[in-house]
Amino acid sequence: MGVWIMARVTFREAARKKLLWSAFLGGIAFLILFATGMHFQYKSLETRAVAPFLRYQLVNGFLQVGFYAIDLLTVIMTVLASVDTISGEISSGTIHAIATKPIGRWQILVGKWMGLVGMVVAYVALLFVGVVAVGYFIGSVLPHNPIRGALLIILECLLVLTVTLLSGTWFSSLTNGVVVLGLHGLAFIGGWIEQIGEFTNSQSLVNLGILSSLIMPSESLWRRAIFEMQSPVARSLPVGPFSQAIAPSLTMVGYAAVYLISSLALAIRHFDQRDL
Amino acid sequence: MAVRNLSLTVRRGEIFGFLGPNGAGKSTSIKMLLGLVKPSGGNAFVLGAPSNNVAVRRKIGFLPEDFRFYAWLTATELLELHGRLCGMQGAQLRDRVPVLLEMFGLTPHRGKQLREFSKGMLQRIGLAQALVHEPELIFLDEPTSGLDPMGRRLVRDVIRAQRERGATVFLNSHLLGEVEVTCDRVAFIKDGEVVAQRDLRAHSESEVRVAIRARGLSKEVIAGLTRWSTSADLDGEHLTLTARSTADLPDILRYLVAAGADIFEFTPERVSLEDLFMKIIGKDRGL
Repeated sequence: MGVWIMARVTFREAARKKLLWSAFLGGIAFLILFATGMHFQYKSLETRAVAPFLRYQLVNGFLQVGFYAIDLLTVIMTVLASVDTISGEISSGTIHAIATKPIGRWQILVGKWMGLVGMVVAYVALLFVGVVAVGYFIGSVLPHNPIRGALLIILECLLVLTVTLLSGTWFSSLTNGVVVLGLHGLAFIGGWIEQIGEFTNSQSLVNLGILSSLIMPSESLWRRAIFEMQSPVARSLPVGPFSQAIAPSLTMVGYAAVYLISSLALAIRHFDQRDL
Repeated sequence: MAVRNLSLTVRRGEIFGFLGPNGAGKSTSIKMLLGLVKPSGGNAFVLGAPSNNVAVRRKIGFLPEDFRFYAWLTATELLELHGRLCGMQGAQLRDRVPVLLEMFGLTPHRGKQLREFSKGMLQRIGLAQALVHEPELIFLDEPTSGLDPMGRRLVRDVIRAQRERGATVFLNSHLLGEVEVTCDRVAFIKDGEVVAQRDLRAHSESEVRVAIRARGLSKEVIAGLTRWSTSADLDGEHLTLTARSTADLPDILRYLVAAGADIFEFTPERVSLEDLFMKIIGKDRGL
């Protein structure tokens, strides 16, 4: 019961804050821009009478750019929406009126997590469906395995969300934001290092990339997502943000899931034990 | 270490004042009793249960110092949320919330978001959320800070109403005037230790000063007062008497009337809490 009350109030808080609506408007603006770009891309390929196979590949490539953009938007939005959730309430003392109510601290934390999960899933779903719809109705192209792709992007955002909450039980809001974006940035750079390593046959670079994914597996989920969604031909391209020579393995996806659950458990444990 | 050797017993149904200078550990003590802060050693029991017991909090209300909450909630929503967190539902909440809003003079502001609230209004809604589930034990951390005289009066009345309802109130304050008129008993805390406890209502056992204004007081009459008093100073019409016990006051009054004095005033003075505070805490620390 306590979990549900906290989840509801957290979701409503997000819905009443300007942040979420700005993010939604930003997302819509992006979708309009993307749709316009897709329209002109498709038209120009049509007028130049490009062979259907190549046209498919090019439009599909443009679709991947769309996914890349919404991945970035959703991760940043996830961090911004949750960075102040625990840490801000501890520093302002708001938490005192809640943590003295007849509900366990774990219920507060899990409730807040669930409320934010609801918001993040809704946001990813909106943008993802938007990009797929633009691809289908304007570019006549559908991603391979869109469901898997969407689930992996959601998993990525939930991982970032959970790490933000965990870090928020330790640090102030500002430090929390720096820590989480720093970790995600590390994973991002690590992903590139790994790809370049693959491309140049440098095992030590690949290992460095894998190590960064182990420290923070968020970016590898995106890379797996785009691997699932792109066409088999694009998969054969050597390097790039949307074409993966080698996608992170399913073991890495499993590791990320374990990472998420452990982060949540650790956040509960630390929030339960710390002084407020 | 903020608090050490803290040992307190608060009786059911009393208003207990917890006094001390700033930084003495008053808020930390309350936080320990509410399970917000873990003591590095020792135990805290509240209503017979360990302070980290979640179920017992159903019977506890708490107004944190400097109450603040989600600015986007309206007054009604805030009370509903806190009621739900205390296990209240549906009709129970619908009945209770308007009563509380009315009690704290917030009915005209029920639909306003907290961001539009003044500090005094926040303090009132904070007190309202502490009482939403009619708790048996209420902790109030500086409930009158930021309130105007009307607000302070309101809080005082609410606290007394809680005692009449049978609830126990644990009041944390450094406003001695407030405490003096509200509390039954007080404990003084200094450097994290309880240094004294006093019963503010128990007069019969203790000496009491009485200010008397009367005409026709002869030296003989005053000499006759030594049966009941330890000292008596006459200054014109004003007689200041220190009686050994409050229980003797009716006898003193009868004696004076029988001796032919015309009495205009007869006022027992309670020991000033401020004097007591200075004596116990010492003058080296400011409030």
